[in-house]
Amino acid sequence: MDTGSPMLSLEDLKVEFPISIGTVTAVNGVSLDLFQGEVMGLVGESGCGKSTLGLSIPRLLRPPGRIASGRILYRGRDIVRMGKRELLSLRGSKIAMIFQDPLTSLNPLYSIGHHFVETVRAHDGRVSRREALGRAASVLESLGIAAERLDEFPHQMSGGMRQRIMIGLALILSPDLLIADEPTTALDVIVEAQFLDLLDVLRKQYNLTIILITHNLGNVAQLADRITVMYGGTIAEVGPAQSIFDRPLHPYTQGLLASIPNIRLDEPKLKTMAGSPPDLVDPPAGCVFHPRCPQVMDTCRQDRPPLFARNGHKAACWLYR
Amino acid sequence: MTEELIRVENLTMHFPLQKGLLANLFTKGKRFVRAVDGVSFSLCKGEVLGLVGESGSGKTTTGRMILRLLEPTSGEVFYRGRAVSSYAGRAMDDLREKMQVIFQDPYASLSPRMTVGDAISHPLLIHGLAKGSGARDRTLAMMEAVGLSPAEFLYKKYPHQLSGGQRQRVVIARALVTEPDFVVADEPIAMADVSVRAMILELMIRCREMFDLTYLFITHDLATCKYICDRIAIMYLGKIVEIGPLKEVFANPVHPYTATLLEAIPVPDPRYRRTHPMPKGEIPSPINPPPGCAFHPRCPLAEPSCRLNEQHLVDLGSGHKAACSLKTL
Repeated sequence: MDTGSPMLSLEDLKVEFPISIGTVTAVNGVSLDLFQGEVMGLVGESGCGKSTLGLSIPRLLRPPGRIASGRILYRGRDIVRMGKRELLSLRGSKIAMIFQDPLTSLNPLYSIGHHFVETVRAHDGRVSRREALGRAASVLESLGIAAERLDEFPHQMSGGMRQRIMIGLALILSPDLLIADEPTTALDVIVEAQFLDLLDVLRKQYNLTIILITHNLGNVAQLADRITVMYGGTIAEVGPAQSIFDRPLHPYTQGLLASIPNIRLDEPKLKTMAGSPPDLVDPPAGCVFHPRCPQVMDTCRQDRPPLFARNGHKAACWLYR
Repeated sequence: MTEELIRVENLTMHFPLQKGLLANLFTKGKRFVRAVDGVSFSLCKGEVLGLVGESGSGKTTTGRMILRLLEPTSGEVFYRGRAVSSYAGRAMDDLREKMQVIFQDPYASLSPRMTVGDAISHPLLIHGLAKGSGARDRTLAMMEAVGLSPAEFLYKKYPHQLSGGQRQRVVIARALVTEPDFVVADEPIAMADVSVRAMILELMIRCREMFDLTYLFITHDLATCKYICDRIAIMYLGKIVEIGPLKEVFANPVHPYTATLLEAIPVPDPRYRRTHPMPKGEIPSPINPPPGCAFHPRCPLAEPSCRLNEQHLVDLGSGHKAACSLKTL
C-alpha cells in the first residue's frame, strides 16, 4: 500500500436532500483519505449516509440530492467543481461503481455482449464492436465465465453470475477506483463468499482501490484493510480493520460489534442497542449518537466531537479528548 | 421437551410449470418445480428448530405447507398426533389459532390503513376470542409484552409512523395474541438493520419463554441460529441433507454442504479470514435437479457414485442425521 499522497480525499463533504419538511443532511462534514491499492470498508446501518457518500464521489446523486459543500479530490482534481466533459471521462474509466441488485442494473432487452460493447464504445468510439467483444471475452474469462455467454441475456444467468457480469462491466475500462455498494446483499451465503474471493483476486490483478459499502461487518472483516464506521451522516470511527474489531473506541462501534452474530465466539446471547437512528432533518445537537449513548456526558449534548486519535485509529467521541 | 407437537412426514410440493399452448401440444408430460421433495422431521413442545438453506431450497414452502397455506402434493403434517389434512371448517379455524406465522417483511404484512391496535386485535375478533373492551385490553397487554410501549400511545398509530423494529414487533404481537403454541417465523430478521436484528431475536427468545412457544425458525443465516435454535435442519434443493442438535451440527458438520455453508459465514473478525477459496457453482434448478445426490456438482468430495445413488438421511446417534454416504458409511 502506498502511504504517500492519497488517491482520493474527501474534505468536509456535506450532501443535502431538500424535501418538503426540511433538509435531510445525509452526509454531514465527512473527511476521509483513500490510498492506492487499499480496500476501505464503509459500514453503517440504513440511513447512515454510506450509500449517499458512495454516490456522491462520481457525482451520481439524483436531484434533489446535491453536494452542499466540501471537496472531493481525485488525484488532486476536485470532482465537485469538474465540468461535464471531464466528469464523463472520469466515470467508468477511472472510477467505476457496482450496485446491490444486478438485475436492475442490466438491461433485460440487450445481450450481455451488447452491454460490454456499449460501455467500451461510450468512452472510445474508435474501438470496433469486434474488438470490444474480444476485450469483454478476456475480462469474463478472469471472472470464470465462458465467452459464449456474451450472447446470452441477463435472465439466463444466475444471481451470482449477473453480479460477476456487473463487475466485468465495471472493470473493462480498467478503472483504478471501484465503489461497490452492497454488492453481495442480493446473493446467497455461498455465492456471497465466492464473490468476496473474486474481489480479493481482482484487486491484486487489476491493482484496484476499492470502497466496499456494506452493512455486513462480516464481509468487511473478510476483505477490508481499513474501516470507516458511519452514523447519522458522520464518521464515528476510522482505522485499520483489525484494530477496529479488536479495540473499537466509539460506543456506537462497540454496540454494533456486540449486536452481530459471530459463530466463532462462545457468547450465549447478543447485546442490543437502545433507541433508533437519528432524524436527519433535525439531528440531535452535539454528538449525533448522544441520545443512544450509554456513556453520554454533558459535552456530548452540546459540542460535536472531532476525530480523536487513539490505539492507531480515530473516533469522533469526547471520551478520547 | 419430550411431547411431540408437530410431525412432518414425507412432505412434498411439486409446482406444475406453466407452459404456453404450443409447448403443451407438442411436449408430453408435465414438468414440475420440485420445491420440496420428501421432507420429514418433528418438533417437540418448547423446541426451536432452525430450517436453513439458500434461496430455492424449499424452506419457505415447507413452512407454508405446515401451516396449510399451501396444500402439499403428498405427505402429511401432524399437530399433536392428528393429521392436519383431517381438520376442516370450524376445526381448521381453531387450529389456525394455535399455529401462527411471522413473515420477513413487516411493511408488506401490515395493512397501511389499519392502526396498530386494529391490526393486533383483528385475530381476536376473527376467532371470536374477545371483543370490545376485552379485545382492547388483551391487545394492550400483548403490546406491552412485546415492548410496544407506551401501548396506549402506539395503539392509534399507523404502520408508516413506526420504525422498522416497531413494525416487526407489531407483526409478532399480532401472531401471538391468539395464544398459539406453534409459530413459523419465516426470515423474521432478514429485512431489519443490524442493531434491530439483535432486538427482534431477543424478543423472540423472551416470547418463547413467556408464552411457552415452539418455533420453526426459517433462515438463510446459520450464524443467527446459534442464538435461538435448539436443533437445525439444513435444506438443499427440496431435501433435508442434515439435521441435528445445533451444537453437534456446528461442531461436527457431516454433510459437505453443511460444512461449506458454515465456512461461507463471514466472521466479523479479520483474524478469521477464509484461507482457501469457496467451492464454485450455485444452487441448480429445482426443475431438473442433478441425479443422485443433488449437491454432487458443487461438492469438493464428490465421487462417481454420488451421481448414481440417491442419498438418504442416516442416523449418526443422538438425533444427528446426514444424507451423505461418503461420510456416514
